[in-house]
Amino acid sequence: MTRKIVSHTFYYLILLLATAFFLLPIYLMVLTSVKPFNEVDLNTMWSLPTALHFENFVAAYKQLAPNLGNSFIMVIPESILSALLGSLNGYLLSKWRFKYSNLIFSLILFGMFIPYQSILIPLVKFMQAIHLYGDLPGLVFVHIIYGIPITTLIFRNYYAGISTEILEAGRIDGASLLGLYRHIIFPLSPPSFAVVIIWQFTQAWNEFLFAVILTNQSNWPVTVALNNLAGSQLVQWNVLMAACLLAALPTLLVYLFLGRYFLRGLMAGSLKG
Amino acid sequence: MFKHFKVRSQPLILAIILFIVGGTGIFFFSGNGITNFKGSNFTSIGLLISALVMYSSIPVIATMFQSETVLSVTLLFPSIVAIAVFVYGFIAWSARVSFSAWKGLMPDFTWVGLKQYYNLFHNDPRFMIDLRNTLIFTVGFIVGCLVIGLGLAILLDQKLKGEALFRGIFLLPMSISFIASGVVWSWLMNPATGSRTTGINLIFKSLGLNSFISLWHTSPQPWGMVFTIIPAVWQLAGYTMALYMGGIRSISDDLREAARVDGANEFEIYRYIILPMLQPVTLSAVIILAHMSLKIFDLIVALGRGDIRLDVPGIYMWTTTFAANNYAQGAAIGILMLVSVAVLVIPYLVQNMRSETEI
Repeated sequence: MTRKIVSHTFYYLILLLATAFFLLPIYLMVLTSVKPFNEVDLNTMWSLPTALHFENFVAAYKQLAPNLGNSFIMVIPESILSALLGSLNGYLLSKWRFKYSNLIFSLILFGMFIPYQSILIPLVKFMQAIHLYGDLPGLVFVHIIYGIPITTLIFRNYYAGISTEILEAGRIDGASLLGLYRHIIFPLSPPSFAVVIIWQFTQAWNEFLFAVILTNQSNWPVTVALNNLAGSQLVQWNVLMAACLLAALPTLLVYLFLGRYFLRGLMAGSLKG
Repeated sequence: MFKHFKVRSQPLILAIILFIVGGTGIFFFSGNGITNFKGSNFTSIGLLISALVMYSSIPVIATMFQSETVLSVTLLFPSIVAIAVFVYGFIAWSARVSFSAWKGLMPDFTWVGLKQYYNLFHNDPRFMIDLRNTLIFTVGFIVGCLVIGLGLAILLDQKLKGEALFRGIFLLPMSISFIASGVVWSWLMNPATGSRTTGINLIFKSLGLNSFISLWHTSPQPWGMVFTIIPAVWQLAGYTMALYMGGIRSISDDLREAARVDGANEFEIYRYIILPMLQPVTLSAVIILAHMSLKIFDLIVALGRGDIRLDVPGIYMWTTTFAANNYAQGAAIGILMLVSVAVLVIPYLVQNMRSETEI
């Protein structure tokens, strides 16, 4: 018994150390963002604030407000459309297999792994040619296209778990491919829609490469603006920390309140869902 | 084939309507259209939507075939085309650019063969730094994530109180962007000394651990790169832990119980039963982490702020293409990145496909 207590104390000690490591940056962000200006100093970086102040948030919000807006405008249609497309693809590739559907699925899946640097030049030239360069609709379009692999994967794995017998029963009742989708598959889909929408929301919100290359300054999403803010010498670092927290807040909130679904999307990315 | 095709009036009419509506849309948007709506150009989006509406008449026609495979294929077709063009077509296009001499704003497709690749490997010190950095980062990142991830997964397997809370904390960084975490970490790892000491160094200083005070990612080469691994591990160790937890959970309790009955202690159970059974998890974790580290970009952008000592191929490609207009070289770097990832991922995908066909 005493041995168990000793080992458990030891386990908790390690877990607490790990917790300190994982929470350190978040603690710093929160701590700094509520400090008043006069308490922000390199030497007192880790001391607790004497009172709660929100000036840093106001200053950071002033800098980032349009970009937070851009991110929302981009991410909301993107995640919903991605999910609809992924649901259709996943249904067809799991329940309506034809001769080459596994090959096609693998070829689609490969698109999830490619470094986007390898398609960046054609992409930019193409977006310029069709006049979608620099704008948010273009960024939405690109995120939807390159989101096809992961959304298809998540839905396909989810639908593979739905028994074929239900569908066969539906077929005997005379339902067609689309009828089965509408009356059986879609009503069973809300959990996987939640997973995919949350996943795409987080991915697109946090994405930087496409955002920095395909949008012009007035359309910058928040990641690009934050990076720019961090590069300028004029911004005080307490404001910068508040800006980081603001930029991370939507996905943090999603994680805190819908973590279950977020985790499932995360696991689906490891292929064997 | 037409024996299995039965014309029905309802879908036919719907198909014609969709065709006409889509066609009108295309005509409208390719003519004057809405070129400027709230500062955004909607011509192409309009054209795209019109084309999709027009295309949807084909699946509607396909419902008249007895075999629903035709319908399935026609519904998949837009996604297949999108991937074919935006992934495979663009890769081919990039490869073509990498064999050219395109430097400058005007496209120049003069064939120069493998010259860009040759130059990168033979007369490009910056690319050598990139290769070295990628190697350091990849090895450290994978080892760090696997060790911490597996360690935490085993710890959380001990049926301790507050397991869910710990798991939630360790996974939290996954929801934050590399940019935000890079910015915060560059403050934590602030290298300033003397009266301007701050960040983690300040903690060390106040604890009297002066020998721990470090220049972090601004250390001389190649040590600076080693410190960029810390934020990367911070961000993805929890994910690796979750992968391992899934693996551990899939090992039946009966197996452990049987080993216990045979006299194995807890350590032996992990050493001889659980760890060997986690090998497939380790393999997929390595592939996922390696492909991430070969592509690493935004974290280093936020952390390094252009420091050449912390350069990686992803950043070199970006700056040489879009700042120096050296498109051919940028394409060559992009293709090399692709090849390094493909070597890793393709066997994995092929194996995945095979094992599915068996089922």
